[in-house]
Amino acid sequence: METIRLRKGLDIHLQGEAQKTILQTLAPEVVAVRPSDYKQVTPKLLVQEGDVVKAGQFLFSDKKRPEICFSSPVSGTVKAIVRGEKRKLLAVEITPDAQTEYVKFEPVKEPSKATADEIKKRLLDSGLWACIIQRPYGIIANPAETPKAIVISAFNSAPLAADTKFTVKNDVDAMQIAVDALSKLTDGKVYVNISAKDDNACPLSMLRNVEKTLFKGKHPAGCVGVQISHLCPIGKGEVVWTLKPQDLAAIGRLLSKGIYDVMRLVAVTGPRAINPAYVRCTPGCSIESIVKAVGVKEEETLYGQECGVRYVSGNPLSGENVGRGGYLGFYDDQVTLLTEGNYRELFGWAKIFRPKKFSTSKTYFSWLCPKKAYKADTNVNGGERAFIVNGVYEKVLPMDIYPVYLLKAILAQDIEKMEQFGIYEVIGEDLALCEYICPSKIEIQKIVEDGINLMLKEMA
Amino acid sequence: MGNFILKMMDKMKPTFSKGGKLGWLHSSFDAFESFAAVPATVTSGRTQIKDCVDIKRVMSAVIVALLPPFLFGMWNTGDLHSAAFGLDWGFWMKVWYGFYRILPLILVSYIVGLGIEFAVAQVRGHEVNEGYLVTGFLIPMIMPIDVPLWVLALAVAFAVIFGKEIFGGTGMNIWNPALLARAFVFFAYPSTITGDSVWIGGMGKHADKLIDGFSGATPLAQVADGAAGAPDFMQMFIGNIAGSFGETSTIAILLGAVILIWTGVASWKIMVSCVAGALAVGLLANGCAEPGTFAAYPAVNHLVMGGFAFGAVYMATDPVSSSQTEVGKWIYGFLIGAICVILRLFNPGYREGMMLAILLMNTMAPLIDWCVVRRNIRRREKRAVTAK
Repeated sequence: METIRLRKGLDIHLQGEAQKTILQTLAPEVVAVRPSDYKQVTPKLLVQEGDVVKAGQFLFSDKKRPEICFSSPVSGTVKAIVRGEKRKLLAVEITPDAQTEYVKFEPVKEPSKATADEIKKRLLDSGLWACIIQRPYGIIANPAETPKAIVISAFNSAPLAADTKFTVKNDVDAMQIAVDALSKLTDGKVYVNISAKDDNACPLSMLRNVEKTLFKGKHPAGCVGVQISHLCPIGKGEVVWTLKPQDLAAIGRLLSKGIYDVMRLVAVTGPRAINPAYVRCTPGCSIESIVKAVGVKEEETLYGQECGVRYVSGNPLSGENVGRGGYLGFYDDQVTLLTEGNYRELFGWAKIFRPKKFSTSKTYFSWLCPKKAYKADTNVNGGERAFIVNGVYEKVLPMDIYPVYLLKAILAQDIEKMEQFGIYEVIGEDLALCEYICPSKIEIQKIVEDGINLMLKEMA
Repeated sequence: MGNFILKMMDKMKPTFSKGGKLGWLHSSFDAFESFAAVPATVTSGRTQIKDCVDIKRVMSAVIVALLPPFLFGMWNTGDLHSAAFGLDWGFWMKVWYGFYRILPLILVSYIVGLGIEFAVAQVRGHEVNEGYLVTGFLIPMIMPIDVPLWVLALAVAFAVIFGKEIFGGTGMNIWNPALLARAFVFFAYPSTITGDSVWIGGMGKHADKLIDGFSGATPLAQVADGAAGAPDFMQMFIGNIAGSFGETSTIAILLGAVILIWTGVASWKIMVSCVAGALAVGLLANGCAEPGTFAAYPAVNHLVMGGFAFGAVYMATDPVSSSQTEVGKWIYGFLIGAICVILRLFNPGYREGMMLAILLMNTMAPLIDWCVVRRNIRRREKRAVTAK
């Protein structure tokens, strides 16, 4: 097995790592499927309020690509269709049954003998096609295309991320079926990238018929975009597909048992969780029921200010702030409870020591205790400025890319330059650390997403 | 006390907010408010948490790094003054004199510069940038102590308006604003920044009271003109010589360099390559020169005389106007060092080449970067072709 060593990156140590125990299998009062979980999807509703649905039954499809549909993760009754401004569909809320009833799909007996079309059809029919994300752009893959490779990151290096050694340890067989099937969909290889720290302990290291690579280094070593740039970099006109391990397991279950079963282990983490640990639930599970399982520290006072809780679906670097009334995102296997940093710190920037705060900058003294775990909060810690300090983003971006040039090309809306500087290779999460360490507080992920949206608009 | 300040600001805020009586001053109010306390803004994008470093902190690090040459400059100003006029001053008297002479320069620099910054931020409705806190401190340090205050004020105004604001403010400028201020004085009022009598405090005004035979020439001028009594390497390294306020002591500047490199605010690559460039040209000149000429002057001495060290550590490394790519930084720094020594050797009119070398390379930095980045683009294009 080849080892790729990444020298750039940053591991941020935060308090509230999930204990490797499963607290319970959640039975939420409401589950919601939100079109905003899926990038660039314009939903066309396929159900009405009051409809009875099974797990695996379509709720809405994509207007632009009607073959791609999105299924209910549970069986139950459609409780509400939530709409926002201009009647934009925000969520389909479902009251789940006590016992999940599944739509029955024909199992694929031997995936290695099935044709690509059969497998594609099965994934599209069940709604699991949405698990396959393509690069460039990080949108749902186009079934009509054949990617030059399929890349699976077997680990998540983000702060407090769920540990695949724990979450998918019983799913090796299902994942094997999935990779056997998926290998039919590409002309190239199926890459599985394993953390050098885990190596043989990683359940995905047991997969056969795949190209395994070890990645050694700090975050973002686990970001699939970074891995692709080292294995099979994407040029203009090329496509690579990516999947997450828990989705691989779901595809395996679909092909072997014929059911849409997206139940997964979710790490509930963060400094505001009383008992950070894992729970078992489906995507779309209400955050309320998730935090009830772990308990949340309701009160926290920072610098004389009462600070509330921020409920993030995903990790602290690229997750979404969904609020207590929100739902677990389709692609997420982590919930992070952070402290809202809505306090003012008197002369904070001028203090010689700020022991409660972490900084990579040597103008502070966090480097004196590299192992210390911090209680991160959401304060921006400064005002937004122009690009002033140079050479900082490069320290946490192990890709052959000049991030500032790319960002400036996006800001200037210069399509040609964006192509030249590597817009095809990145999505927001790959540059999340750049935004984290940026002293000018520039919203880098938002700029990258704007760039991707512009590319999609121009290329359409 | 802390609560008191916050409460005061909360009380004043409505007056200074949009729609308030003094609403048009909201940028200025914001500047003071965010100076007193890190604002309560929370993240709104996908990156939920952020590092606690900000531009204020980065700029503070530069100010701290500037303190060693600044403190040395105060003592040196007093020491040279007492030597020139035959005064028998003690250490603290010398420091006091230096402080008394530099204070008006600092005040003028900050009042004029920050005044313009605030006004522009106000007009644009932006937040006030911190960049001038460093620039305003740098400008007096690269001026002769006797520079007239009105000349300084004009230079500052020129540098801030034409060096920075017309490009869009801190982060958008092409040239180092502090050096632009110096260049302005050099071209517009050359007599205030050249010659042998501007470097020692009070020397121009009270030439009659000087002790006999005292020369206020900088070592660079002395050596270039072949004058006798030029200081040796060690004396220049320590810095008890005539020159701009902050530039004389290489040892103090090295202390600042350590702070800048350790905190990662300035690039060590630029500093190292700058020294390499100067030594390369200097040694080449040494090799070709006839003994006794300026070209034969030991190359290593160029590093400790004039503004070389100060320029290499504090000016060339300005993150905005320097090269942005890591490879580019090596080229950029090397050329600054090389051009500086070339100018010193071949420009008898004005021997101090550092200012012009840095400004020239500031102009060239985007070109260097363009070439470096072009290589990256080629690599990416080639990769796509081979993949097909």
